[in-house]
Amino acid sequence: MEVTPYTFSGLGEVYSYTVIQSAPEGFESYAPYVVAIVKLDEGPMVTAQLTDVDPSEVEIGMRVEMVTRKLRAEGESGIIIYGYKFRPCLARSMAKS
Amino acid sequence: MRDVSIIGVGMTPVGEHYETSLRRLALQAVRAAFADSGTTGAAALFVGNALGGQLSKQEHLGALLADYAGMTGVEAARVDAGEASGGAALRQGYIAVASGAVDRAVVVGVEQVTDQTQETRLAAMLGLTDREHEGAQGVVPAAIGGLLMRRYLHEYGVALESFEGFSINAHANGARNPNAMYRNTLEPGHFARAPMVADPVNLFDIAPEGDGAAAVILAPTEYARDWVPLPVRIAGSALATDALPLHDRSSLLTLAAVKLAVGRALEQAGVGINDIDLIELHDAFTVLAALQLEMVGLAAPGEGWKLAAEGAISLDGRAPISTFGGLKSRGNPFGATGVYQAVEVALQVRGQAGANQVPGARRGLALNLGGAGATAAAHVLERLE
Repeated sequence: MEVTPYTFSGLGEVYSYTVIQSAPEGFESYAPYVVAIVKLDEGPMVTAQLTDVDPSEVEIGMRVEMVTRKLRAEGESGIIIYGYKFRPCLARSMAKS
Repeated sequence: MRDVSIIGVGMTPVGEHYETSLRRLALQAVRAAFADSGTTGAAALFVGNALGGQLSKQEHLGALLADYAGMTGVEAARVDAGEASGGAALRQGYIAVASGAVDRAVVVGVEQVTDQTQETRLAAMLGLTDREHEGAQGVVPAAIGGLLMRRYLHEYGVALESFEGFSINAHANGARNPNAMYRNTLEPGHFARAPMVADPVNLFDIAPEGDGAAAVILAPTEYARDWVPLPVRIAGSALATDALPLHDRSSLLTLAAVKLAVGRALEQAGVGINDIDLIELHDAFTVLAALQLEMVGLAAPGEGWKLAAEGAISLDGRAPISTFGGLKSRGNPFGATGVYQAVEVALQVRGQAGANQVPGARRGLALNLGGAGATAAAHVLERLE
């Protein structure tokens, strides 16, 4: 099977979402936090936290864009794990690619 | 393949067993099952467990529990399929006896999860999701339920309170079950006002995490009557899988593995869903109960909740579910759940369900899910006439 690398635009919309009240170890400082299934403009879906947004403002269909953020700090030494999250689209990137 | 029957069942209450280790819980269930069967010893032990490695810091449960149960030397191994580990272990036990490789097998599901802080338990539970693509984002199993339910409410235009019938039924049945974790009843109207856990999944929607163990003894049906007066025949056994992360499903509100596993189990049993007298399904969340009723063909897509609203799922309804309280009231002991379900269905078809008896029950379905149906294990159990 041939595997071809593909770069997504990072744009999509909220397909479903939830607000997690009780956080696991490593995520306590974020609670309550929003997790969404994001339908990317290219088709596939991805699960990620939403950031830079008030949970009460999230709705299905909301336009979002991918950003790099701290996911959690691990262990006593506090090594920071970075990863992707999504935030509401800023005006300049609202256009569907 | 040989025909296989359950000749003994045993279980502990589900609850917070701080004083009882994982191995002692398993031993209690295995001893109860042997006592019920009137037999001693078996050639193989299959252990269903999901979180022992992380929360009890104990791997290698096959050898450990075989030895602890006085079966030193037998074939033994742990089976892992997340929350469907119990159903998957039952499937392995069934295959072992059906194939002729083993003449008598014990299947035990065991879980010890409450002797931890909630933060530690939740962190371990991240491993029940796709750790790299869900767990890493802090997606606990409750969030999987929330994501499913939000989409369900949106697509089908259903109100949150429409799901209350599932929790009311589970608690009405669990209140009569001495082995249930929460034996309180739930009054109509309270469901939709409960505090949120993973919006829109709330405290009266999600099943409580509990400790417990359940066990069954399997033997060829041909000899089953020599040992016990009421063998329970495994008429159908199947297990199917789907994508583990929710976002990789072909459709969020279709549990393809449930359709596959239940379809195969019914086909093997030579019956249809309307020939099933009761279902112990995997009601970790009410939306999962609704979706399972839709997937097995008892309701159209988007209408599974109506069976609960109409009262069809009660003990004397046309589609009884969660007859001993289900995960919601009996409790959710993760990798033990599937074996609890088998024990409960066996008691129903033996006519020994006491205050929880479904009138005239002779055939039931045990449906155990891992995640939101990434694994589905289905077993049709029937009274041996």
